[in-house]
Amino acid sequence: MKNDLYNYILGIADNSLILGQRLGELCGHGPNLETDIALTNISLDLLGQTRSYFQYAATLVEGEKTEDDIAFMRTERDYKNVLLVEQPNTHFGFVIMRQFLFDVYHLQFMKKLQQSKDETLVAIANKGIKEVSYHERFSSDWVIRLGDGTDESREKMQEAVNGLWRYTNELFQLTEADKAMVSEGIAVDVSTLKDEYYAKVSEVLKEATLTIPDDNYFQKGGKEGIHTEHMGYLLADMQYMQRSYPNMKW
Amino acid sequence: MSKKKWPLWEVFVRSKNGLEHRHFGSLHAADAEMALENARDVYTRRSEGVSIWVVESSNITASNPADNGELFEPAQDKVYRHPTFYNLPDEVKHM
Repeated sequence: MKNDLYNYILGIADNSLILGQRLGELCGHGPNLETDIALTNISLDLLGQTRSYFQYAATLVEGEKTEDDIAFMRTERDYKNVLLVEQPNTHFGFVIMRQFLFDVYHLQFMKKLQQSKDETLVAIANKGIKEVSYHERFSSDWVIRLGDGTDESREKMQEAVNGLWRYTNELFQLTEADKAMVSEGIAVDVSTLKDEYYAKVSEVLKEATLTIPDDNYFQKGGKEGIHTEHMGYLLADMQYMQRSYPNMKW
Repeated sequence: MSKKKWPLWEVFVRSKNGLEHRHFGSLHAADAEMALENARDVYTRRSEGVSIWVVESSNITASNPADNGELFEPAQDKVYRHPTFYNLPDEVKHM
């Protein structure tokens, strides 16, 4: 039970950490100053949530690990984030679409997590839900601006949604740890979020004058530690210092 | 492709316990809604219970510094123009 809970928490937190890392890469590279601030703000929110989750996870292994060990001393195969969040920042439209596709899910997820039997998770969800609803508003807004903007921006957004669509279905898959925690009333049964998710996403994409991809081939594996080739580079970058000088105080 | 215009907006914020909106600064945004979102990130750090106003800078008419004399310098010798002879009761705050 404890092991399942530990793995379950990491499964949630890794999504926030990896997406936070991706957004952090954009610091100073936003299309204008205000958007730059917004994206790094979202990154900060996500990393803050990650810390709460990791600190909680660390208490479950009783002093064996710290939040930093969990972030910096796991290899790619131990990371449980979905493939969607590790996708690179190809262009701004891509960044926004990736964010949107995750935020819609994340907000639904947080709402359900508030009903968990685990008090700590409920507390994290209560704090995070305000942040996540802002993220969702920001990214939906930009999907519409860019989709229903110029011909060029629409083309780029369509390209982004076509490229990312295959990673959406994984959001609703359950790992063994998830299933065990669902039966305890602790985890969110994400498979029940699917219909509402696609309804909401389709609604915004329609408003943005984008075509919903007619794509039934979906990628999965992230939750089991089978990642895309982008993940190794991301971790090499993120973990370099702790790998070179392990067990240091910073 | 014509680049979207990003006009300047002035931002006024009333903080949680503040009585009135104060001018906090300015920023560029494509429209009012984006200006609000940006103002929230840049100037309020999302502290709860604040109110934000954004106004496109072109909508503000400013007084001309060359007219400062006639506008802002009252005749100092006419003491009755200055309400300095009243003692304010303690109940009246924020004057």
